[in-house]
Amino acid sequence: MPTQTKADAPPRQTPPLIAQAKQVSFWAEQAAPIGLVGLVIVFGILSPTFLTLGNIRAMLVAAAILVVLSVAQSFVITTGGIDLSISATMTVGAVGFGLAWQAELGFVLAAVVAVASALVIGLINGLLIARGKVTDFIATLGTLSVATGLALIFSDGKPITVNSSELLTLTSGSLGIFGYPIILAVIVGALGWFVMFRTRFGLHVQAVGGSEESAVANGINAPRVRIAVYLISAGLAGVAALLLVARVGAAEPAINTAFLLNCIAAVVLGGVSLTGGKARIVGPIIGALLLTALTNGLTLLGVSQFYQPLAVGLVVVLAALLTRFQKK
Amino acid sequence: MHTELRQPSSPTKDVLLEATDIKKSFGGVHALKGASITMRRGEITALVGDNGAGKSTLVRCLSGIHKPDSGTIRLDGEVINFATPNDARKQGMETVQQNLALVEELAVWQNFFLGRELVHGPFRTLDRKLMKKTAADLLKNLAVNVPPVTSKVRRLSGGQRQAVAIARAAGWGSKIVIMDEPTAALGVQETAKVEQVILTLRDSGVSVLLISHNFDQVMRLADHVWVMRAGLSVAQRRTSESSGDELVALITGAKAN
Ligand SMILES: Nc1ncnc2c1ncn2[C@@H]1O[C@H](COP(=O)(O)OP(=O)(O)OP(=O)(O)O)[C@@H](O)[C@H]1O
Ligand SMILES: [Mg+2]
Repeated sequence: MPTQTKADAPPRQTPPLIAQAKQVSFWAEQAAPIGLVGLVIVFGILSPTFLTLGNIRAMLVAAAILVVLSVAQSFVITTGGIDLSISATMTVGAVGFGLAWQAELGFVLAAVVAVASALVIGLINGLLIARGKVTDFIATLGTLSVATGLALIFSDGKPITVNSSELLTLTSGSLGIFGYPIILAVIVGALGWFVMFRTRFGLHVQAVGGSEESAVANGINAPRVRIAVYLISAGLAGVAALLLVARVGAAEPAINTAFLLNCIAAVVLGGVSLTGGKARIVGPIIGALLLTALTNGLTLLGVSQFYQPLAVGLVVVLAALLTRFQKK
Repeated sequence: MHTELRQPSSPTKDVLLEATDIKKSFGGVHALKGASITMRRGEITALVGDNGAGKSTLVRCLSGIHKPDSGTIRLDGEVINFATPNDARKQGMETVQQNLALVEELAVWQNFFLGRELVHGPFRTLDRKLMKKTAADLLKNLAVNVPPVTSKVRRLSGGQRQAVAIARAAGWGSKIVIMDEPTAALGVQETAKVEQVILTLRDSGVSVLLISHNFDQVMRLADHVWVMRAGLSVAQRRTSESSGDELVALITGAKAN
């Protein structure tokens, strides 16, 4: 029997890649990276423009918002919850930014208003779910509608044009092929990873998702953890709102449902189980890149826009089926 | 330490923990109808009773998971009101819950330190190295087949899980360790090891509350035994003045008290 004392044995019983690849569970665990590589190869062959630096740069910029939302959603889903209001919260943040900008508060204050107004929605979610014991699905379905309504009411249903030089820099600036948006998204991802896997809080998030009863028996304040993940989700939706306003050039009270579905899809692709307890950050980020590459590739190939939701749906259902073979 | 420790049931200053008239209902279920128990300093106290008698509920009241509807708990003579399990731990009370309170998706070392993780550095990052090492050291004394501390609890056998939960409770240098059926799923060797751990704890001055359905074990280990029936404490005995047969009679009600 292998025991702890046999420290001279090789670090882990990690079989070589070839041997691993023979098991279904390997494909299930690595669905997102394998899918991404597969898509890149297929689109690279089919479309001459797909792998040009210009297109890669564009894809990465386009992926930024989804990456941020996926990291946010990952925290919530790890606790076994779900944030259906995440894209509506982003819209609220965008409208908040637009109104503050219109009131000539300047970029920094407007950004603060964006994040703060998003956090209000997150706080409502957290309180409803943690204190009011409303099911995550229902609570955030409610705030999805409330947030969408508020955005429409405050903006009077009209887009607010924003001519901010800071936002212009944010969309157009880059280091090499990496535009500022994707750099910001990667920083968010790195921070998210650090918080999830290197701090007490992150461990508590995983514990509450794994077994709330056991977490509580060990002195973890589960309601506080739940409120915190909804605040994180909303706060990051506020950050995503800045990227959205920067990209569109205006704060629009649009519904942005595609972002909601795609960020949940990215998290599932990334190997996070919707039942909670199993944390992943890198996986969902790769999932977000995959979905962006999929849309981009289909567009380049001239496939009608109508087919894109269909393709995204197929990929997600496939990934969900594959997760059945993940190692427990 | 006092030398007149062996005096039969008289409330003395040797009483470390005293729970009096604890009541707890869940909706219409009256799990505890006024249960009482005392634990003497440095002794192993056993708590026995049929399934559903309310033993685990009493344990959960003592360890801060449930808030009793009424009744008082005194630790060292002082009335305590634990709002959370962490309050109990801070007062030096550790518990092995009957359900073990492990998170299956987390690794052994993460479970070991759950709720009181060690951190280091300016960003208060988890001190993973130290926690893994400490967990491995504590576990080594207990389990026969020591699981690697990095493996998920989900992958452990029932006995290994139990060893993890017991080592976790025993490892903190506490005043009181409560064990709710700690050997229920264990094989012969593991049971012997756990019994050894219980005795070692007692010898190092820790007071142990042991819930068990194994009367041989109770007679072998405990100094004092409390009997519960239908949410009430119905009798207490020094084990030196009782027998397994008498305990059975008390539990079933064949003998009143
Ligand atoms: N959280 C709860 N909700 C509802 N009823 C409960 C709860 N916890 C315990 N009970 C009930 O309280 C009674 C006592 O249960 P408890 O678990 O304390 O018994 P026990 O003496 O530990 O039994 P066992 O020997 O089987 O472990 C049972 O009738 C049980 O169904
Ligand atoms: Mg019990």
